[in-house]
Formats: sequence, structure tokens, C-alpha cells
Amino acid sequence: MNEPYTTIIGLEVHVQLATASKLFCGCSTKFGAEPNTQTCPVCIGMPGTLPVMNLHAVELALRTAVALDCEIPPRTKWDRKQYYYPDLPKGYQISQYDLPMSHDGRLEISDTKGRFEPKTVRLIRAHLEEDAGKSLHDEAAGKGDSLIDLNRTGTPLLEIVTEPDLRSSAEAAVFLRELRLLLTYIAVSDCNMQEGSLRVDANINLHIDTAAGKVATPIVEVKNMNSFRAVERALDCEAPRQYREWQETRRVLGQSPKQTRGWDDAAGVTRAQRSKEESSDYRYFPDPDLNPVSFTAEEISRARGSLGELPATLRQRLEGEYSLPAYDADVLVNQGRPVVAYFLAVADDCHDGKVAANWITQDVLRVLKKRNLSIDELPVSSSAIAEMIVRIKSGELPAARARDVFQAMVDTGVDVGQAMSALGIASVDDSELVALCQHIVAANPKVAADVRGGKAQAIGALVGQAKKSNPNVNPNRVREICLELIGAQD
Amino acid sequence: MSILQRTACELVGSLRRGELSSAELTQACLDRIRAVDGQVGAFLRVDEQRALEQAEAIDQRRAKKQALGPLAGLPVAVKDVLCERGELTTCASRMLADFRPPYDSTVVAKLKAADAVLLGRTNMDEFAMGGSTENSAFQVTHNPWDLARTPGGSSGGSAACIAAGMTPLAIGTDTGGSIRQPAGLCGVVGMKPTYGRVSRYGLVAFASSLDQVGPMTHSVEDAALLVEVIAGHDPRDSTSLDEPVPQYSATVNEPLAGLRIGFAKEHFAEGLDAEVDQAVRAALEEYESLGAKVEEISLPHGKHGVATYYVIAPSEASSNLARYDGAHYGYRTDEQEMLIELAAQRKQLQAAGDQRGLDNLDSALVRMYRRTRAEGFGPEVKRRIMLGTYSLSAGYYDAYYLKALKVRRQIRQDYDRAFEKVDLIAGPITASPAFKLGEMTDDPLAMYLVDLYTVSANLAGIPGLCLPCGFTKAGLPIGLQLQARALDEERLLRGARMYEQATDWHKKRAPL
Repeated sequence: MNEPYTTIIGLEVHVQLATASKLFCGCSTKFGAEPNTQTCPVCIGMPGTLPVMNLHAVELALRTAVALDCEIPPRTKWDRKQYYYPDLPKGYQISQYDLPMSHDGRLEISDTKGRFEPKTVRLIRAHLEEDAGKSLHDEAAGKGDSLIDLNRTGTPLLEIVTEPDLRSSAEAAVFLRELRLLLTYIAVSDCNMQEGSLRVDANINLHIDTAAGKVATPIVEVKNMNSFRAVERALDCEAPRQYREWQETRRVLGQSPKQTRGWDDAAGVTRAQRSKEESSDYRYFPDPDLNPVSFTAEEISRARGSLGELPATLRQRLEGEYSLPAYDADVLVNQGRPVVAYFLAVADDCHDGKVAANWITQDVLRVLKKRNLSIDELPVSSSAIAEMIVRIKSGELPAARARDVFQAMVDTGVDVGQAMSALGIASVDDSELVALCQHIVAANPKVAADVRGGKAQAIGALVGQAKKSNPNVNPNRVREICLELIGAQD
Repeated sequence: MSILQRTACELVGSLRRGELSSAELTQACLDRIRAVDGQVGAFLRVDEQRALEQAEAIDQRRAKKQALGPLAGLPVAVKDVLCERGELTTCASRMLADFRPPYDSTVVAKLKAADAVLLGRTNMDEFAMGGSTENSAFQVTHNPWDLARTPGGSSGGSAACIAAGMTPLAIGTDTGGSIRQPAGLCGVVGMKPTYGRVSRYGLVAFASSLDQVGPMTHSVEDAALLVEVIAGHDPRDSTSLDEPVPQYSATVNEPLAGLRIGFAKEHFAEGLDAEVDQAVRAALEEYESLGAKVEEISLPHGKHGVATYYVIAPSEASSNLARYDGAHYGYRTDEQEMLIELAAQRKQLQAAGDQRGLDNLDSALVRMYRRTRAEGFGPEVKRRIMLGTYSLSAGYYDAYYLKALKVRRQIRQDYDRAFEKVDLIAGPITASPAFKLGEMTDDPLAMYLVDLYTVSANLAGIPGLCLPCGFTKAGLPIGLQLQARALDEERLLRGARMYEQATDWHKKRAPL
């Protein structure tokens, strides 16, 4: 990565808040209903209707704002953003302009793959607004017919705008994953990109080092990216495109209006969209139908208190208190709050965070993925796994049989004791084991001689015989005893 | 026409005592409408059958001694700007000529719950924009006192139907004087309550921060009866005030002791018609004789009221009326014609090789918007949309809209200071009596200046009331305006009623 330029990226993220009803009326926000079945006179903007603020949406927005370390101003208000489009039935969107409900927040990001140094991404603002409807363009018919679905109209959205602090597509993607993780931790949104609960637009330009000093290319807004992967690919494609364009035109920031380009995922290119919309003047003014809102210190502290432990803090705690490697802590925290809670319960019960983390990141997550289960649906409780780990550590459950026992617990939902009996696993005491080894060593003089002669790996044959004779034996212990016995015969 | 000379309060008593049935009363109203509304043009629509059915149903319930609402059996005319489920609500605009809302406005729902008989819908200036009712897309309304003159506006239909004795009660709306001014010009009582006192839910918005619904009646007592029914907190209107509604009708006849009345010296300046000046001064003297203390006050920023109003109201209107775009309901341009027009223009530009023209040619959607709004709105509505769009545009917002908000605050503070000294402010409602129809249609600015005495109450959010206080030599009514502190409707009504009881102006009926 030795481009002669720095990529400058800022993101605008729209998040649908997880309220049961819309921002200004009682209609359902459920995704996937028949078009225009979740509408009422208020959300389709009929004459004389008035908006009434959904206080749950305000509460979720406030929770998000404090989780993002935003400042909450003493007073916030709602403004009308005016433009004409058929999926905007009032002719204006109720949004927030100059007094957003929160501003100047931040989110820390770091990359376990080491592609960039940990950094703080500054957030300009997070504000509450209503969603527009959906336009379905019937291009096939050739007549330019369009259909409008107003089910989504009035759904509460939180718009989160970053400073242009991101320097690569990898940073943008990690930022988005961390943001989504945080939002799901605080349960304000399901962040489902396929259903449009989380939408991303990116502003990108380049700072190019030239002989005459640094120049900036015109800012381009990239839209229509429907997955985090698409965001990465679009930015990876847009940066070199801007560089090529600059080489051709030498046009720098301020010499052409801000352009909007749409990402074509199939073709893997960004395409210019009509720039006629760019010059629009939204004629924002305060919505006279809604009263300004003041958050009390108590409301803000209640919102803060409702957050629970956030991903960044949890990662630190898992590394500190539970001695997990950063990678494991990251894997666990990225699985979401329920998996972390499960881990904490196991670790606290078995008093071994590292072993608990190994079991969960490897075996438990594999089962969840394979069976498409959530952690709550796993038939093995945290205390059952903890008990299993305790028995492994005490030697009561031979490590070699632990996976079988775990599998049995998953398959049948029994506890560790029941699984061990079902599999016929009983611990073999040491004197019994020594007797067995003496017998095997005596019966295999050639192997003993090979071992003595330096072929240490020959001991495996003896371990195998011991396991055959009694599947519960601890192979490491057999190895130790046999080596001792063979050495004693010197 | 004897029963139609009586006030609503008198009629409600007769109905209750069984001396009169609602069907008889409603029929009398309908007969009167048939007889005179051809000349007056107050009603856009009258549904005779429905009104009579409602009246008969109420009579039957009364006969069965069932509980009835406070307006039981009284006919009410409603300005055509308040939504009623399943019924045409046109705002006197071509844009909504066929619009039937699927919901009741809160005011209409309250009238229904009070067992009023909904007589019909009254004419108005299109979207309540105007002061003469001449901006209706459908018809002209004439002043019952002189058919060549305007009834005022925008609630001209509601004022005229009261003045002509077609109904005892009517509902109007007031954004800059649209109840009080036509009440004054038609010699009836009209009241604009405190902003937020009456729910705006289902009132088709003109300027949301100024609009209020209020009563138009023969007497102050009737206004108390009607406003009491429509007032109150509404969870569907975030700007409605969560304050209890006093029982105005129970106290309206009690005179106020120690009443302090102020008159603003600015209201008696140049431009005030001599006969109006004289009648209003006589009213002040009447108050003095009733024991009130009358003193001069000052409302220094009132002179900026009209300018402030004509920035704020059109700004909000330009936004509120954006929804009438032909996409979802209401009027839409002829699409075939539109597509033919577009194709012809495209062909012409292609032939001329005008690439720039082609680039700037409207999309079908934008052309649909343009034509729909050009054809659906009348000239005054378009003028205000343009004024408001301009005031809110980037680069002009601070100089116009923001500045207007600051002046609005000054106007409100003027009132706060004045109401430290006085309880009510009295003055003229307009500088002159009703003007001739067509007299000002070519001079929009002169028409705007008619609002001089009324807009300040809307900008300050305070209640105002207009009641008759005399007649010119030519026989035209003169109105007295009273204003009170926010939420002080009780004192406003009692103060007005004191004067009404001492005078006979409100008993005069138009000679139709």
C-alpha cells in the first residue's frame, strides 16, 4: 500500500431504532408487511394530521448518544427538511438541523489483524429523524411507472455522522462493525443491513502529495452500499478512481460541486448519479408542530445507567481480569452480549478464564454455527460446561475424552456426570494404571528396547495398547509411567 | 324567522324544555339557507337530509330522556377547513375539491360528541389565506348587511351565515384574524382562543404556529357555550395545552368588578376610519360607566405585526402546503396532456439542437408536480408559497424568518408588559368597515394591511374576541376587539359579556 495519496473517509450511518411503532404515530415498524398496510393518516401526511413524538424512540436515541460519548445539549428541537419526492408524502422530512440531540461523540477502533493502529473516530453528531417510504421503479415496463410503499415512512432513524477520520476501507469496515456491535449491545437496533435497519453512505476524497504540496480531490458521496463488504469494495474502488480522475483533470476540491456516486455491486464500480439534486436547498426551519425537548441530568444519567458494560470495556476486562489474549477477548465480545455473559458464568464457575475461553471460542461457537443456534438455545448450560472443565482439570475426566463428553452433553442435554457414565468414563486411579503399564511394558520388550535405544516415539505403541485395554486411561500419564518403568529397567 | 333571531343559549333552553324540537330548528335553518344563501353564498355545501336525520335522532333521544351533550340539537356550520370522516373537506381549493378525509378533526369529533347538528360547510378564502373570502376557488360570499361588500375572511362564510340568521352557531379558524375580522365586518361575535387551547388535529394547516379554531355566534354568551365544547387538551396535538377548561358558560354572565381595560394609543392613529374611531371610543366610555378603569397603554412593536406575520405565516404555509403535489391524494394534472406537452417540448429542443434546454427539461415527475400545483392552487396561495419559500431559502433565512421570530418575541413582550397594568386590551378590529367586493383584489398589500389590528394576538398566542359595538351611518357593523392574557378566556368572555349586556348592537339582524 504505497499510494501517493492518503484516503480521507467520513461516514453517515442511518440506524433504524428498535421501536414497536413509528416516530410520530402508532403504526407498526415491522419489516416485510404487504405494501401500504402499515400506514395511517399521520404517517402518510394527510391534511390536518399532526406528529406526536414517540418517547421510546427518544429514549433509544439518547441511550445511543451517551454510549457514543456524545455531548447532550440542554435543548434540542425538530426541523423540517424540505424536498419533493413521492416517497416523502408531507413534502418534508422531520429531522434535526442546527440543534441535534447529541454531538461530539467518539468511538475507538482497533484491528486484531494489525492493519492499522488503534484510533479514535470522532463523531460530529447523532440526531433523530423520520424515514421516508420506498419507491419501486418499474423500469421493465418502460413507461417509467413507479410504485410507492409508505410502510417505512415515519420509522425512527438515528443518523450518526463521523468526522473524516477514517483513512482506509479497512478502518471504515472495522468502524462499522464496532458501531453495529455497540448498537446491538445496547439493544437500540437490530442493525439488519438486508432489511435496511442500518444504512451507510460514505464521503471520500484524497489528499495527494505533489511537488507543489498537498492537494485535495473533490469530495464524492458514495451511496447504495448494502453490506459492510460492499462498503470496503466501494471505497477500494473509489479511491484509485479519484486518483485517476485527478491525474486526468487535475481538478481539486472546490473546483467542482460535490458529486454523488452509486455503488454497483455486481459490476464492482461506482457510477455518477444525477448531480442536479446536489444544488438543493432544503429550507430547514423549526417544525412548529413539535415542541423542543430538554433532557434533564437525571434522564441522561438514567440513560447512561441503562447501557450495561460496553464492548470496549468488556474486552479490557476479559484481558485484565480473565487473562485472555486480545484475540480471544475480541472473538468473545464480538459474539455479542449473551455469549460474553455465558463465558463469564463459565469462567467464574471453573476459575479458569483461559480454558473457558478455549472451550467457548472453539467448541461452543462451532456447535452454535453448525446448528444455527443462539447461545440461549444451546442445550448445555454454563454451569454444566464449568463442571466439565473442573473435572478435566482434576483429572477426573480424561482430557482425551472431554470432546466426546461435550458432544454427548450437546446431543442429549445431560450433565457432565451423566455423560461420563453414559460413555463409561470413570477415572482410573494411579496404582491401577501403574499395574497396567507394568503389564504392557513386560509384554513388549522390543518396544522397551527401542525406546531405550533412543526411538522415543516408539512409546506410542504402548500408550495405544493401554487405551485399548482401558479407554479411560490418561494417555499422558500412561506415557509418563511407561517411560519411568522402561528407564527403571536400565 | 323568529326562532332564528334567538341566541343559541336561548334555543338550547327551549330545546331542553321541549318547547322546540331540534328538527323544527334545523328545518328553520335549512329554510332560511334556501331563502337567502343564494344571495349570500355562505355555504359551500349543505346536507339537508343528514342534518335533519341528526336532529331527529337527538329529538328521539331527548324523548327517551337519554343523556345529551351540551349542544344537543343545535345546528352548527363548520368552516370547510376542518376534517370530517368521509365528508368532503375542500379548504375552498381546487386542490382538495374531491378530498374526503378518513378521520374526524378533534373539533368535529367534539361537536358530534356534544350532539350538535352538523348543518354544512362554509365558504372561506382558499386554505384560509385572505381577508375577504374572495380567494375561494368556488364562490364569492357576500356581506349580509350589504351584498356588494365583503363579509371579511378567511372565515367569511361562517360570519355571513350567522349574520344572515342561517344558523345559531358556526366554527371558524383564525391565523391572523380570520375569525375576528369577519365577525367585525358582519356584526357577529367571533373569538380566537389562546394558541393551544383548541386542538389543531384535523384542522388543515395554514400556519401551524398561529392557527386556532374558535366560535362564531350571535352573542358572547353563545361563544362561551361553543368554545367550552371545542376546547381542551388533545394528545394528538403536541402544541395543545394540557390545562383544564373552565366552565365558561357558567360564569360568562357574571360582571367583573374592578376591571382594568387598556387601549393602545397606536391603535387610534392615522388611517382609522372616523366612524370606527368614534364607536370604539364610545365603547370605552361604556366600560367606564360600567365601573371599569380605562387607561392608555402602548404596544410599540405592533406596527411591525403585519410585516412579521407575512414572513412567518407564508414560511410555514410554504412547508405545510408542500404535501399537495398530486402524488397521493387531491388534484392531479391531466397526465396524458402533460406527457404530450413534454414530448412536444423535447422534440422542439431536439430540432433546435438545444442540448442545454434538453438537460434542463423537467422529468415527468417534476412536470407533474409543476402542473398540479399551478392548476390546483389559486393566485393568493401561490403568492404566499412563493413569499414563504423565499423567506426560508439559504441566504435569506436570517434576514427574514429569523428576524421575524425575534420581532414576534418583542410583540409578545409588549403584551406581557401591558397585561401587568390591565386585564383586557380594547380597540378596533379593522380600520374601516366592510369594503366592497373586488375593491382590493388587485392590491394584495392593501389587503394584507387590513390585518393590522388582528395579527398581533396570533403572533403572541393570546386570545382575542370581536363583538359588535355600533354601525356606520350607511348601516355597516363596527366591531370592538378585546384581547386578554394567554389562557384568560374566562375574563375575556365575562368582560365582553358585560358590554354586550349593556348594549343592543348584537341584537340587530341583517336586513335580508
